[in-house]
Amino acid sequence: MISDITIGQYFPGRSVVHKLDPRVKIILTAVFIVMLFTAGTFYGLGVGLLFTFVTFLLSRIPLKLMGKCLKPILPIIIFTAIINVVFITSGDKVYFEWKFLKITDEGVHTAIFMAVRIICLIAGSSLLTYTTSPIALTDAIERLLSPLKKIKVPVHELAMMMTIALRFIPTLIEETDKIISAQKARGADMETGSLIKRAKALVPILVPLFVSSFRRAEDLALAMECRCYHGGDGRTRLKQLHMSIRDLFAAVYVCVFFAGVIALNIIF
Amino acid sequence: MSVIKTENLTYIYGAGTPFEKTAVDNISLEIEPGQMIGVIGHTGSGKSTLIQHFNGLLKPTSGNVYIDGERLWDDKAKLRDIRFKVGLVFQYPEYQLFEETCYKDIAFGPKNMGLSDSETDIRIHEAAQMVGISEEILQKSPFELSGGQKRRVAIAGVMAMKPKVLILDEPASGLDPKGREQILTLLKDYHTNTGSTVMIVSHSMEDVARYADRIIVMNKAKLFCYEETEKVFSKVDELMSMGLSVPQITKVFTALKEKGIDIQKDVYTTPFAVKYFLSLLEGKR
Ligand SMILES: Nc1ncnc2c1ncn2[C@@H]1O[C@H](COP(=O)(O)OP(=O)(O)OP(=O)(O)O)[C@@H](O)[C@H]1O
Ligand SMILES: [Mg+2]
Repeated sequence: MISDITIGQYFPGRSVVHKLDPRVKIILTAVFIVMLFTAGTFYGLGVGLLFTFVTFLLSRIPLKLMGKCLKPILPIIIFTAIINVVFITSGDKVYFEWKFLKITDEGVHTAIFMAVRIICLIAGSSLLTYTTSPIALTDAIERLLSPLKKIKVPVHELAMMMTIALRFIPTLIEETDKIISAQKARGADMETGSLIKRAKALVPILVPLFVSSFRRAEDLALAMECRCYHGGDGRTRLKQLHMSIRDLFAAVYVCVFFAGVIALNIIF
Repeated sequence: MSVIKTENLTYIYGAGTPFEKTAVDNISLEIEPGQMIGVIGHTGSGKSTLIQHFNGLLKPTSGNVYIDGERLWDDKAKLRDIRFKVGLVFQYPEYQLFEETCYKDIAFGPKNMGLSDSETDIRIHEAAQMVGISEEILQKSPFELSGGQKRRVAIAGVMAMKPKVLILDEPASGLDPKGREQILTLLKDYHTNTGSTVMIVSHSMEDVARYADRIIVMNKAKLFCYEETEKVFSKVDELMSMGLSVPQITKVFTALKEKGIDIQKDVYTTPFAVKYFLSLLEGKR
């Protein structure tokens, strides 16, 4: 079913990671990404892997979900690994040679290194969306980008658009499911036939979906106006974001790992 | 032979996730053909989930569904034929209209069945007549029609497949009293004219009491009972404790009975109540 797709899906919980200030989480995720790219050796990368793993445990998100977020990028991981193995032909030891194909130790090492890095990257940054509700996330982005307002970037409007889009993803998925069921009940066949036939079979789904999206958009605009929405100026918030001592600990925690990575880079 | 049969039917939404929800819990039912059946239950009691099993849209988490003695999901390729046999009209079916004209939209089902153009044409006109859609409206775009008209076109779209069983999820919701009345009357007429099984999910006890021969009562994902209309509404107390109501007129009669007046208790439609009172008056005279 369509609703099985997780688009950076929020997984509600009460762990320390969940309770962090979303702004801090975004910044620390950025730091984490830099950390992964700073790591130049397997030891450094090991620290990154450890960090990902420990943080996942701290968040009490089922490890199964980690697998779930990695599944869609599996082809990319495999593809980069193959490219690395095939195209890096320098290196001392040659494992295998056949015509133009040459597999060396350096190629294999780089392939593994890159694969681990991508896995850490995806798993680590998925953690941000798993532990932060989309609304908190856009709120935090708005706050982090608010200095840009000075140069006339419509930060509030962008954030509002994002919030609305996020809010309506589940609704639209549900709606799509319903329309698909309704058309299936009239014998619509979307699974068999040629490509053109299948594309045509989408029409009975897309038309009602568009119609209802426009209807919803109009209703929403009207509802917002009725509640006197007039843009971001002078708007106050129901949920204020507050930093706490917990956020400081989180920053220290990430810095310790980062320092570890740098130290290992220097030693080896 | 029963036209629809379920055996220990259970359906769980989001099985294996933290959002797991048992929507249909161990339901065994046997529905005889040719009846008009009402399905009632509190919001979220699993009515819509239950009926989506009858035409193979949802796959039971456990248990079986049989249509005309044939077990669903044994052969996936046969599911499509089942959908032509058991027509399902969703709630707010007008949101599924998509063609340029009502005519073409009603043709969607019959075309999918692989019927010839002439047969399709006959069926469209039959269905349009049954739901009271005029020739002129057939040529209009469904998006120019009123809500009630759209609803009729959508219902005609399923009727045109001539299903053996027609199931409708709250066909009268969101319409004014006159619109409700018209839709339900046309469904009753469809039932008497075609002799097919019709199943209607509804929140209105009055409507169900007036039109249904038998009633399925759902309560918190479980089947509370499946019985004749009179029998169901004689269980006033149990229905009330489930958060369901009974027709107003039944409430009146129950209250009168409690006051010690010697009258029949199981009265559930106003016309019957009028007849009953008249006969009492006749008797007095
Ligand atoms: N797509 C879905 N995903 C998850 N849970 C669902 C889904 N659809 C329904 N449910 C849940 O299953 C239960 C039964 O829902 P269902 O729609 O069958 O109830 P209903 O009796 O038709 O209610 P109503 O009278 O409001 O239409 C509800 O608790 C609902 O929250
Ligand atoms: Mg329902």
